[in-house]
Amino acid sequence: MSQMINLTIDGEPILVPAGTTVMDAAETLGIHIPRLCYHPELSLEGNCRVCVVQVEGFDHCLASCATTAWEGMEVQTNSPVIREARRDIVELLLDNHPKDCQTCDRDGVCELQNLAYRMGVRERHFEGKRKQFPIDDAGASVVRNAEKCILCGRCIRVCGEVQGVFNLSQHGRGFTTVVGPANLAPMDESACIQCGQCVSVCPTAAFLEQDHTERVWKALGYPRTEKHVVVTTAPAIRAALGEAFGLPMGTPVTGKMVTALRRMGFDAIFDVNFSADLTIMEEAHELLKRLEGGGPLPLLTSCSPGWVSFLEKFYPEMIPHMSSCKSPMQMQSTLIKTYYAKQKGMDPKDIYVVSVMPCVAKKFEAARPEHTLDGMPTTDAVITTRELAQMIKSYGIDFTRLPDSDFDHPLGTSSGAGDIFGATGGVMEAALRTAAFKLTGKNLGNLELTAVRGVTGEIREASISLAGKTLNVAVANGLQNAKVLLDAVKRGEKDYHLIEIMACPGGCICGGGQPYPPIGTYTMNHDLAQARAKALYRIDSGKTLRCSHDNPDIQKLYADFLGEPLGPTAHELLHTHYTARTPRGIR
Amino acid sequence: MSACCACTTDNWAELERGYRAMLPEPVLAFIDENRNRPHSESMLIATLHMVQAHFGHLGPGHLEAVAQLMQIPLAKVTGAATFYHYFRLQPRGKYLINVCLGTACYVKGAEKVAQKLSDELGIHFGETSKDGIFSLESTRCVGTCGLAPVVMIGDEVHGPLTPGQVPALLESYLARAAEELVQS
Repeated sequence: MSQMINLTIDGEPILVPAGTTVMDAAETLGIHIPRLCYHPELSLEGNCRVCVVQVEGFDHCLASCATTAWEGMEVQTNSPVIREARRDIVELLLDNHPKDCQTCDRDGVCELQNLAYRMGVRERHFEGKRKQFPIDDAGASVVRNAEKCILCGRCIRVCGEVQGVFNLSQHGRGFTTVVGPANLAPMDESACIQCGQCVSVCPTAAFLEQDHTERVWKALGYPRTEKHVVVTTAPAIRAALGEAFGLPMGTPVTGKMVTALRRMGFDAIFDVNFSADLTIMEEAHELLKRLEGGGPLPLLTSCSPGWVSFLEKFYPEMIPHMSSCKSPMQMQSTLIKTYYAKQKGMDPKDIYVVSVMPCVAKKFEAARPEHTLDGMPTTDAVITTRELAQMIKSYGIDFTRLPDSDFDHPLGTSSGAGDIFGATGGVMEAALRTAAFKLTGKNLGNLELTAVRGVTGEIREASISLAGKTLNVAVANGLQNAKVLLDAVKRGEKDYHLIEIMACPGGCICGGGQPYPPIGTYTMNHDLAQARAKALYRIDSGKTLRCSHDNPDIQKLYADFLGEPLGPTAHELLHTHYTARTPRGIR
Repeated sequence: MSACCACTTDNWAELERGYRAMLPEPVLAFIDENRNRPHSESMLIATLHMVQAHFGHLGPGHLEAVAQLMQIPLAKVTGAATFYHYFRLQPRGKYLINVCLGTACYVKGAEKVAQKLSDELGIHFGETSKDGIFSLESTRCVGTCGLAPVVMIGDEVHGPLTPGQVPALLESYLARAAEELVQS
């Protein structure tokens, strides 16, 4: 047992294990010390000084996040000196911050705004020259607004520590310090892979997703004879959208989401889960073909666009390992403008496809020149879960009171395998369910392959025996973990057949476009990821249809339109290619 | 495996060749020597010093080459290069003009001399004239307060200087530059 330490906080004695920080010790007493640059899943920076406390024997304040408790320590978290110091610190931060809360995207969900309110800041005492920087809003996915930046460094830390991209750094010094990519280049010309985790961890609006809501409103405003507006939703949306309306974390809201979209005026509401099933059909066949044909193995999954960009910039030599399958979003959009258009007798030019994604990188993916049909993009707009929530609120829909309703056909039916795509390990599990059927001719006795269900921020490995063959598989979420796996493969230490990689920690359910967690809960939080993942696994276990190959609409799609998996039509419509890109990332 | 993903390969060898061509041999030798040492990233600033000593400044291409060859993220490299005043990100002119703004020079009218230099050359502190002949910088005390206000051009000291003397002084250096050009 570790050594225990006695200290007092605000006069209350407390016993904590050696090594506990003052901030954590206070938390066990129910005292929440205000904080800003601190993020429990990232390294300590201690630069904002908001969490200062007074310690007996010191004539200066100490940052409680970075101070380890010692025996006999006497801490004051709310003395008049501390309250004034803390408020001054927040006021100084505000002095160098724009005064446009009402028109800011983060209004109401801004940590700085919330902190200023809690500290009792009701007027600005310090008024001086304010930093001014241009906004970089030319990127397909991520917008960087350095004027809103308070230099807490969370984005720099998440980009390096969690994603292994190291695309952000402080530039310059003093008053002109600014956070940005190398040479302060535009985001799309930097090593950025568009995952949007910087957007997720930013306490203010210094990083945001590129807004697509205006173009969706515009499309919905066209006369119905001119545009047929189709919306399609990713697996992870239904597990998190409710949070934006005050529902508990991990409340599945599939039916309410569909009703809300119908009320907003979309002509057809489809489910990307359908194309998740389709992805599995193609990817499982690709895996079997590579197993028979001798490679290249391991096969790498290709659903996560942040991961795709990472591969192209950081590991271009591994491109031949990547599955050539388009992501479910792109398969779905392609089918809407071909299969569905044909069924409806419509010109694909008259169809407007909106994808709702938990992901910021999907905006970049939609803009890739590979994903076009006769020169027009297959996906016309990509809105994040956050943007959808904002649109629903703006429409005046009382989301929590909505009745449930179902997706439209023919691209709305999915198996449970499609649902679990949103969680780390889900694509792997779904693929193995179908690969097992193709190898053995029957479904697995137990469909729940908990051995591959991923854990946020960890690498998961498993060996699965199927028809006398042993498949070695691995699952990684967070690209720093992906690096570890890929390096092991390159060094010849590991012999995997299939690797699933999702860029964001926890998978799509914690994607860069998901609702900001309530103040006090942090992104990458284990409970948050677990709650959202459980919602998806609950949907899966509640379905009778649980394997992609059993989906009757998928079977019909192949029979009527696509032919065989990996066949010529499937190849033309459902597969893509990758290109080594610069700047080459540094690993 | 479907045929459509067999069309790309690794681009590292080609990139590395390009990056190596951007840096002089001694810098490449220094980077190679340190590559496999522990904490090789701590040699970044020393490497940047060498690059600047060779080129007179750190251009975007130099920084990228250093980042790639040392395998240090480019954002960290440009972050360090923009943090330290010593590093210059713009090419430096043939003659570096350092106007002393130390106390003695300042009270003797250095600011007016600096303004005149700026007007004549059409540049501000930290910039280089369009013809690439002059760069303008300020400094704090060159140790010759008896000559205040003092201006250093290259390693030559000029003082005491009045704004009226500035045009002729610049002219003499332009003539010198032209002469050297003819000789070469």
